[in-house]
Amino acid sequence: MSVLLEAEMTDTISFKLNGKPTRLNVDGNRLLLWVLRTDLGLTGPKFGCGQGHCGCCTVLVNNVAWRSCLMAVSSVKDKEVVTIEGLEQNGNLHPVQKAFMAHDALQCGFCIPGQVMNAVSLLNKNPHPTREQIVQGMNNNFCRCGAHTRIIDAVQAAAAEMKGGPAT
Amino acid sequence: MNTNDYLALNFKDIKDYSDLYPQSRRDFLKRLGGGIIVCVVMRGVVAAQAQETRRFRGFGRGLPSDFNAFLRISEDGRVTGYTGKIEMGQGPITSLPQMLAEELNTPLETVDIVMGDTDLCPWDMGTFGSMTTRMFGPALQAAAAEAKAVLLELAAESLKVPPARLVAKDGAIFDKDNPDHRVSYGQLTRGKKIERHIEGKPTLKDPSQFTTVGKPELHRDGRAKVTGTAHYAGDIRLPGMLYAKILRPPAHDAKLKSVDTGPAKKVPGVQVVQTDSLIAVLHEFPDVAEEALTKIKVEFDVPEAKVDDKTIFDYLLSVAPPANVLASDGDLEAGRKLAVKTIETTYLDPYVAHAAMETHTALAQIEDGKATVWASTQNPFGAQGEIARALGFPAEKVRVITPFVGGGFGGKTYNQQAVEAAQLAKIVGRPVQVMWSREEEFFYDTFQPAAIVKISSGVDASGKMAFWDYDVYYAGDRGSQQFYTVPNHRTSIHGRGWQGPEHPFHTGAWRAPGNNTNTFARESQMDQMAAAAGIDPVAFRLNNLNDDRMIRVLKTAAETFGWSPAKAPSRRGYGVACGIDAGTYVAAIAEVAVDARTGAVQVKRVACAQNMGLVINPEGAKIQMEGCITMGMGYALTEEVHFKGRKVLDTNFDTYEIPRYTWVPKMDTVILDARNHPPQGGGEPAIVLMGAVIANAIHDATGVRLCQLPMTPERVKAALQKV
Repeated sequence: MSVLLEAEMTDTISFKLNGKPTRLNVDGNRLLLWVLRTDLGLTGPKFGCGQGHCGCCTVLVNNVAWRSCLMAVSSVKDKEVVTIEGLEQNGNLHPVQKAFMAHDALQCGFCIPGQVMNAVSLLNKNPHPTREQIVQGMNNNFCRCGAHTRIIDAVQAAAAEMKGGPAT
Repeated sequence: MNTNDYLALNFKDIKDYSDLYPQSRRDFLKRLGGGIIVCVVMRGVVAAQAQETRRFRGFGRGLPSDFNAFLRISEDGRVTGYTGKIEMGQGPITSLPQMLAEELNTPLETVDIVMGDTDLCPWDMGTFGSMTTRMFGPALQAAAAEAKAVLLELAAESLKVPPARLVAKDGAIFDKDNPDHRVSYGQLTRGKKIERHIEGKPTLKDPSQFTTVGKPELHRDGRAKVTGTAHYAGDIRLPGMLYAKILRPPAHDAKLKSVDTGPAKKVPGVQVVQTDSLIAVLHEFPDVAEEALTKIKVEFDVPEAKVDDKTIFDYLLSVAPPANVLASDGDLEAGRKLAVKTIETTYLDPYVAHAAMETHTALAQIEDGKATVWASTQNPFGAQGEIARALGFPAEKVRVITPFVGGGFGGKTYNQQAVEAAQLAKIVGRPVQVMWSREEEFFYDTFQPAAIVKISSGVDASGKMAFWDYDVYYAGDRGSQQFYTVPNHRTSIHGRGWQGPEHPFHTGAWRAPGNNTNTFARESQMDQMAAAAGIDPVAFRLNNLNDDRMIRVLKTAAETFGWSPAKAPSRRGYGVACGIDAGTYVAAIAEVAVDARTGAVQVKRVACAQNMGLVINPEGAKIQMEGCITMGMGYALTEEVHFKGRKVLDTNFDTYEIPRYTWVPKMDTVILDARNHPPQGGGEPAIVLMGAVIANAIHDATGVRLCQLPMTPERVKAALQKV
């Protein structure tokens, strides 16, 4: 039987969420995606598949992209979580967000929060990726509408814009 | 640390729309306040929708009795158009305001659009068939033209200038002899309440005058979508809402044998609902509801499987309905005698899933005898009808609101999830969200129907088509119409391309329904004939075309690609295909590389040209072409629903593989200038080519002909080994 249903076992979990200290009293085994979307009202991360295939739920944990649909909320204890809602700094969009807009790199938009977060993570790790590195680095984020080619262009443009290192 | 620093828990995102939305559309018109309201009835639009509605059996509640389109110019000069169409990535949120701005001579920034709300928007049959621009667009333009006429009347009075001397520009009207003598739309509208109902076709602007239509515009929803503020049905929060997870059978024909919901009920905070048709677990957290659902002890009887994804084609042929001859001319027997080469082929196309990234989702709230449902739907008025029937409410007591839709492709025309949410909300007396899991999405999807095409055709000694005998089973007629010139021909349609009792599960419209199958078959057959005649496949098509529009499109694609003639297989890996969908002519040429060891196919580049008449937003149209090429590689290369009996074996993206970044070819898209021709469809045409253009390129690369989709590495490898 799942620990989740063993009931009264709530944990206190403190972490930084989009720059703000956050403390939750929650069953630590619950998945981060649902805690973000339901308890915390941050609906930017989306449910796409629930098994980590599609990347719609991607968030940053300590600047690295993670699938929040597979991640227990207890695992972000004392860490920094950034969702798409927290990417904007002082009213300025992140260069990746701006580049997605400028390249019209979206259609239905449902996968876009995950695509953007994954691209930010990719550029955090490798500020000067080749086109092939972008393709490989984005390959596990799915888009059904077929915005891929524009997203690749957008990530390349954002990398150029961020020359000198990642923004955050 | 101050407690204010902590993020508030729960329901941060509550939005109260109630003051915006009155009880009915008529009330809405009354309550709108000042301004100019123009309602348009266009009989042509009604007739076209009526014709389409007959094809979509069971949709909607009938034809509009009042109007097709309306718009309002408010006292601040802003223009709002209202449409039952929805935004699911195909771009009307940008292109429809462009059409309004153009006809009204007002800046695009001053135009808003309200979409997919059954209380606010004129009845609409649904967003599919590439009909938004083609059929709804003219009604909206007519409303705008009438609004401009009203503004000119008001301005003539206000400025004391004869109408002939007035010019409308940038949201204002002025005297052309004295441009400073002017009045803005907002000033004209202030304190007025003018309601116009018009019929027929007012005088529209000549396309040569266009400044906003035809100008590339970025998606207007871009900022909302890159910041996470764009709300989809699953993102709406209401106080007290519950999340429901519903017990599903393992197969469509499974019968419930026994069920014990006791263990689920023991989970704190869980509410279990059990009716004749529904067993659901509800909780304030969706993940807890999901976990509790697994506690239900349940047994199903699953009947023995009669068909599976291997035997389905033989089965479907064995129960095929008789032919309905769509077109025929000449004498097939005479044509057969004339032919020096005859090709007979059976083409197979499997069930294909829509697999939109957003699963079917709805949130329902019932208050004071009225249901309000936020739904991911391509068909809000259809959903309204489905929900009203299920609840026993009159339609006007159901309001469907469509937030952004996370992809549809034809899959969100039925609204089971919205009905489920509404039924549960009625039972528990609280707002209920139903968001399908990916497994539920695959299980209840209305797949593209599996289909078979049999073609017998021949080519004469001069390289002309001598005869064409075409039978399509279960894909329907869309795209089956032969546009090559052939004197002796017959096209026969067996069964419809939508739901049918022959299929083991739901089937329905899948982006360019039927046309993907028909074009795969026709264009593969054309290539086989070209190869048999020893003629270059582009030249062979041109030899057999008289339609100038198609000739121009094909030549443009060939030039863009840099085609040089050679008979196939040239070992270059080049393939060509042509098609017509939703009034748009399209041709593509692709280059592929085939890994002979694994059978894997990589599409390296695609050149695609289309004539879609007048283009509203060229940027949006190109994005749709790119999307079609990318998505179409999926049905061409990997996508196939696996099943045993009425159990769907694919439950997630691990076994059902959709296109991804490493697949994406270099794309060159060209839209021909055809501004004097009415706008045609843009969201579907290019996808119809992808099966054939890749099959033909594989043949050109390897000499092997694939006649079954998808052309998986296993099938390609097996075909190569047979040679």
